[in-house]
Amino acid sequence: MENPIIHIDNVFKKYPDAEQFAVQDLSLKISKGEIYGLLGPNGAGKTTLISMLCGLLKPNNGTIRLNGHTYRENASTIKQMIGVVPQEYALYPMLTAVENLQYFGAMYGLKGGNLKNKIREELAFLGLEKFAHKKIKTFSGGMKRRVNLIAGILHAPTILFLDEPTVGVDVQSKNVIIEHLKNLNQRGTTIIYTSHHLIEAEDFCTHLSILDHGKIITSGSPSTLINQMPEASNLEEVFISLTGTALRDHV
Amino acid sequence: MYKLWKSTVKELLLLSRDFGGLLVLFIMPLALIITITLIQDSSFKQLNNAKIPILLVDLDQGSVAQQIMQNFDAANSYELLTELHNQPLSETTARDAVLAGDYQMAIVIPPQLSSDLERKVSQNVNQILSEFGLEEESVVMETFQAKEIKLYFDPALQLAFKNGVMSGINQMIAKIESKYIYEAFQEELATDEDQANPLLAEENFVRFVEIDPLEGKREAIPNSTQHNVPAWTLFAIFFIVIPLSINMVKEKNQGTFVRLRTNPVSYLTVLGGKTLTYLCVSFIQFLLMLAVGVYLLPMFGLPALAIGPNFLTLCLVAIFAGLAAVGFGLLLGTLASTPEQSAPFGATAVVILAAIGGVWVPVFMMPKFMQTLSNISPMNWGLEAFYDVFLRQAGLLEVLPEIALLFLFFIVTLTLSVVFDKKRSLV
Repeated sequence: MENPIIHIDNVFKKYPDAEQFAVQDLSLKISKGEIYGLLGPNGAGKTTLISMLCGLLKPNNGTIRLNGHTYRENASTIKQMIGVVPQEYALYPMLTAVENLQYFGAMYGLKGGNLKNKIREELAFLGLEKFAHKKIKTFSGGMKRRVNLIAGILHAPTILFLDEPTVGVDVQSKNVIIEHLKNLNQRGTTIIYTSHHLIEAEDFCTHLSILDHGKIITSGSPSTLINQMPEASNLEEVFISLTGTALRDHV
Repeated sequence: MYKLWKSTVKELLLLSRDFGGLLVLFIMPLALIITITLIQDSSFKQLNNAKIPILLVDLDQGSVAQQIMQNFDAANSYELLTELHNQPLSETTARDAVLAGDYQMAIVIPPQLSSDLERKVSQNVNQILSEFGLEEESVVMETFQAKEIKLYFDPALQLAFKNGVMSGINQMIAKIESKYIYEAFQEELATDEDQANPLLAEENFVRFVEIDPLEGKREAIPNSTQHNVPAWTLFAIFFIVIPLSINMVKEKNQGTFVRLRTNPVSYLTVLGGKTLTYLCVSFIQFLLMLAVGVYLLPMFGLPALAIGPNFLTLCLVAIFAGLAAVGFGLLLGTLASTPEQSAPFGATAVVILAAIGGVWVPVFMMPKFMQTLSNISPMNWGLEAFYDVFLRQAGLLEVLPEIALLFLFFIVTLTLSVVFDKKRSLV
């Protein structure tokens, strides 16, 4: 792969009190323009990997390059380039949707009419224009999830990290979110996505990796992975056959 | 700068939406200052309707007991009770009533105190006179047992009050003894004419006169308001530590802090927004406290706060004290991960800083070790600066050292917050 936008090279991560590595010897290259899914059971290392990609965690070993930059060398350039949509509703409940978005947009240096227009457009696209001036605490889970997404994409990031962006939302909200993400990808944003919704991932991702015990156990496009296993008819069956049926309760 | 401004606006919006929090920030300190000043003022002024009842068991029934009673009456702060439930007091009933906490203290005057004191003094005077050859007859020495006036105190009574009363009684007894000695000499030496016009003045020869070191220059007379308003204003300013640290912990729990760490904004900018907002709050608190001192306290019959000519210096002290408080709050908010950690720790730490800083007990009354410790309390720096301006008519130059220390404290706590956050984010 020539000039991948994300280049992960022999990365290890172990939490201070843990006995095992959360991520071990993981290498991965992701091309520009992909919608890349990171799938795996609980405790597989997905969130740890995405946290390292977002700069929230530092690897014990190995290097991560985003568009040629590392966090150590140029954290502010990377932060300006990426967008992050965390799994939690990372919003101020006592502020309105617009106030939240104005604040997070401003943190990316967006200002004035440009910021206002961008917020108006995004709220309209995700069906929230009527609730623009309502406090987040009054929103349903699906509405919060949509505002959470807008806060991560206002600045049109080059790379977007999504940690389970559709968890806990109804089908209608989920469809709107996925549709919007596809549009964003068509406009050039590379998307890295984790989810437990395997049917959604099969439909949404152009490429994916299944992780378990901190390692990548398989990678490829959804159709390639399904075709590699003659007994599997969908991604969920591939997933079960690779990771097993045992519960993965994790502390 | 734009990000700092937006962070400040966000903090102001969040604060303005938290009505309960605002109430705590602005109303509680006012309630505190009014309550404390009222309590302290009444104890200073010794209001007639707040006389302290004291049980008196008079087994002497003589002149000493009479004089003790007159002295207590003259002090105008105590009400002497010689009966309880219409029964004359005995030592046992008085002791039980004090132990039960119904009364703060009881005084038991032993039997024959007056007569024995009179005889003892008279014997001593005669002996002195005979040594100087002024007494013709030789003195027959009689032995007297030392007399004890028993004092019973409620165990819950504060030590300062107890010591004050004991010192007062000691003085009273010494004065009575002196009077007896004077009278004995007068009786032995004076002529009939002198007896009719006492030679010996009743009043003390040596008296205390307080001279105000700032006489002529002073704008404000020290009183409970002048002492309490600065002290409790500072206490309230430092209480901002609690809502500020809770605000930060909330952000961590909401996930907004995590989002901000992925944004191209420094932790210092985020803290800068909080600093500006909470500094505004502390300054408004300060102005409100002054307004209460000037306008509201006189309505409760308390002396009005005299601000004096150095209002701008006062404002500067308040701003830097606010900065020190905000710095402490930022550090606590950075270190704590739950409100259960930040709130009790913050409250306790502020109370300790206030105690060390001399808000309750003046620093000079503290043990040596605590006096040294108080030198490193930002509340002590702030309080000294406030007292300098309010009571010693100091200007900007005189309070510059305290202001510099408060600013240094802010810089140190802010730096520690950024360092701890960096350390944590590099896990």
